[in-house]
Amino acid sequence: MVQVTLFGSIRAHADGRAKVEVEARNFKELLDRLVEQYPGMKPQIDRGVSVAIDGLVYKEAWFAPIKPDSEVVLLPYMQGG
Amino acid sequence: MMDTGVSKRKFKQVGTRPARPDGVDKVKGRAMYGADMTAPGMLTGRILRSPHAHAEIVSIDVSEAVALTGVKAVVTGADLVAQDDIAMRDIQINVLATDKVLYDGHAVAAVAAVNADVARAALKLIKVTYRALPHVTDVDAAMAPDAPVVQAGRSLETVPAGMSANVTNQCEFGHGNLDAGFARADLVIERSFTTAATHQGYIEPHACLASMTSDGKAEVWCCTQGHFNVRSICAPLLGIEASQLRVTASEIGGGFGGKTAVFIEPVALALSRKSGRPVKIVMTRDEVFKATGPTVATSMDVKIGMTKDGRITAGDATLRYSGGAFPCGTVEMGAQSAFAAYDLEAVRTLGWNVLTNRPKEAAYRAPGAPQAIYAVESVIDELCQKLNLDPLDVRIKNAATKGTLSSYGPTFDDIGLMATLEAAKNHPHYSAPLGKNQGRGLSAGFWFNFGGNTSVSLTVNTDGTVSVSEGNPDIGGSRASISLMAAEELGIGYDKVRTIIADTASLGHNDNTDGSRVTFAVGLATIHAARDVIKKMCGRAARMWDIDEDAVTWVDGAAVPAGDNAGKFPPMTLAEIAATSLQTGGPLAGHHEFTADGAGVSFGVHLCDIEVDPETGHTSVLRYTVFQDAGKAVHPDYVEGQMQGGAVQGIGWALNEEYIYGRDGRLQNAGFLDYRIPVASDLPKIDTVILEIPNPGHPYGVRGVGETPIVPPLAAVSNAVARAIGMRMTSLPMSPPRILKALSGG
Repeated sequence: MVQVTLFGSIRAHADGRAKVEVEARNFKELLDRLVEQYPGMKPQIDRGVSVAIDGLVYKEAWFAPIKPDSEVVLLPYMQGG
Repeated sequence: MMDTGVSKRKFKQVGTRPARPDGVDKVKGRAMYGADMTAPGMLTGRILRSPHAHAEIVSIDVSEAVALTGVKAVVTGADLVAQDDIAMRDIQINVLATDKVLYDGHAVAAVAAVNADVARAALKLIKVTYRALPHVTDVDAAMAPDAPVVQAGRSLETVPAGMSANVTNQCEFGHGNLDAGFARADLVIERSFTTAATHQGYIEPHACLASMTSDGKAEVWCCTQGHFNVRSICAPLLGIEASQLRVTASEIGGGFGGKTAVFIEPVALALSRKSGRPVKIVMTRDEVFKATGPTVATSMDVKIGMTKDGRITAGDATLRYSGGAFPCGTVEMGAQSAFAAYDLEAVRTLGWNVLTNRPKEAAYRAPGAPQAIYAVESVIDELCQKLNLDPLDVRIKNAATKGTLSSYGPTFDDIGLMATLEAAKNHPHYSAPLGKNQGRGLSAGFWFNFGGNTSVSLTVNTDGTVSVSEGNPDIGGSRASISLMAAEELGIGYDKVRTIIADTASLGHNDNTDGSRVTFAVGLATIHAARDVIKKMCGRAARMWDIDEDAVTWVDGAAVPAGDNAGKFPPMTLAEIAATSLQTGGPLAGHHEFTADGAGVSFGVHLCDIEVDPETGHTSVLRYTVFQDAGKAVHPDYVEGQMQGGAVQGIGWALNEEYIYGRDGRLQNAGFLDYRIPVASDLPKIDTVILEIPNPGHPYGVRGVGETPIVPPLAAVSNAVARAIGMRMTSLPMSPPRILKALSGG
């Protein structure tokens, strides 16, 4: 299980919790499990999200590995200029 | 450049300052920009734009325009394929409106004619019947429950019921107990701020040449920050497959994020398809201002608590951004950036995006961050003034460091904020004396930096030179940086490498040149591509020496036996291996395709001295110094140029630049005479101090540098003005009339 920190506006879909736990070994499994366990997150995840794994932000790398003790933070999809 | 001693690697090429590879062509006028492309039989395309801020399109009659001699094609929104995906549909109806026009300058129809005079005459013959609708251009007014609705049904599930239909999305970030944090403060200050929409101000207007034949094959040449993105957008809008559309990026005369969007290319393609001839469209400056993407306009509230000794106890910000007539997520970036420079126990940022009858926002260097950080840094500065604290000491006391839980969620790894703050503190600028009506301001700044999808191909030519093909338009010197990294990895001279920007048919997909990603991500792909070809060259040497491939390694530009047991052979250089490559197995090339991640965040600190003329309200920038962590400056000239350019643009935001709308909702200052950007004679030399705290996510330690420099100037200048005139301005720009009004107590 990995602990996932949720940004504020998506917490409503996890009963207001700032952190949830899911079984995931990579970014894609993380998204799949979140949608299964918290269907209300699906619209946001479909629009796009980023994830910070141990401080590094990943935008699209589905197979970015997540270790059980990784710090995992879900973020909106990021864009630059 | 300040050596922190952190970087251990000794570079031979990286960190040097060779002459820029595009310099001669640009100085001599040979460089081919978007408007320089021509084709036999080419037509001139021009676009008819809405004179209304908001109106229903009742009808469009193009018959008289079509009948005009010399007109070869007329298109409207009906000539593009209607899109189901909502993001693509927004682009479609922004490129050519269908049912409604949403802002002054919104494209409605276009003509292709034998010359510009005929095209202009034809535009006047297109009869558009509008039904004017109420409009709203102010972000706060648009949030009112009874505001005119720009687009109905665009609110996401994140928006609570009962809000204006113009509110499209809401976001929130933070951690800790705000109430407890504010209760611990000795002083709490709460202020409201506004910032105007500003344009990227690139000197080269958008331009493209499109050619589409009757068999559905198409070519586009255009100035863009991402020709793969142009293809991804144009192909579905024209109903063709990606393989049938080849897009080539021209040289680019500035972008700063504004050329990550698509405006004219689908229109030119539709005109070419209809006319059967190539069509060139070049925007006028008026069109660039009215119909391309400026920044968001904002309204913000910030509340910060601080102890008497300068510890920030809590920070709370509410951001209201408008990205024009279409939803955008820029407020999310602002909300995550606002307090990122500080190690806070209690912090919250709340963001709202609001629709207004303004053009669709496009990215502009660190989109969303400068505005939010301006508001936060202004309140911190006012707290320092009222508590009689040194503003740099306070920032050092509260600075985020390795291990800090950031305000937006992740814990920071190695970051360079403390080093930049200490460099500023120790710099002679910080202790230099000031005169009458003068003030010194400072601000910290932050940006995320990104990686993204990247493809690079690297060829070793038989004469021992190297060609690198990459797919990101060079807006900040990336060709030089990529060549330096290729030379470094291969162990050859920089002059042996040439990097070009390949078209969309020649490489795998590349994301836009944005997010400060190119030197990081394309550089990383280039290093991997070089390693790929090095492995192949070692293999060739092994065959020549008749030893095992694993017994060969690469040192200083040559294959050498890996150890004594491998045999005694003199080094075989890249040039020697290349010379026989066609006899030893064929052409030598390496490539790498990947999604680059691991771009390290970047921090900067700016110091600014200004003088305000109390009679005119004019602010002169007297001295300006930029301190920034570059990870590793691959080509320091370009890094300094990014730092200087960002600072200058930010000074423009702070002092002069703004979109001004009339009561009719029309833009009043669509030109450089009325939209005042800083020019060389306005400014002193911008001094730079590069710090190098290596990014652990890159083998050379590289971090993106292009966006962070525009973040601090807004607050640095504003804080300087506040100290010079003894009162705080809370609206940008601080143009002379606004300062005079403030000085007169208005």
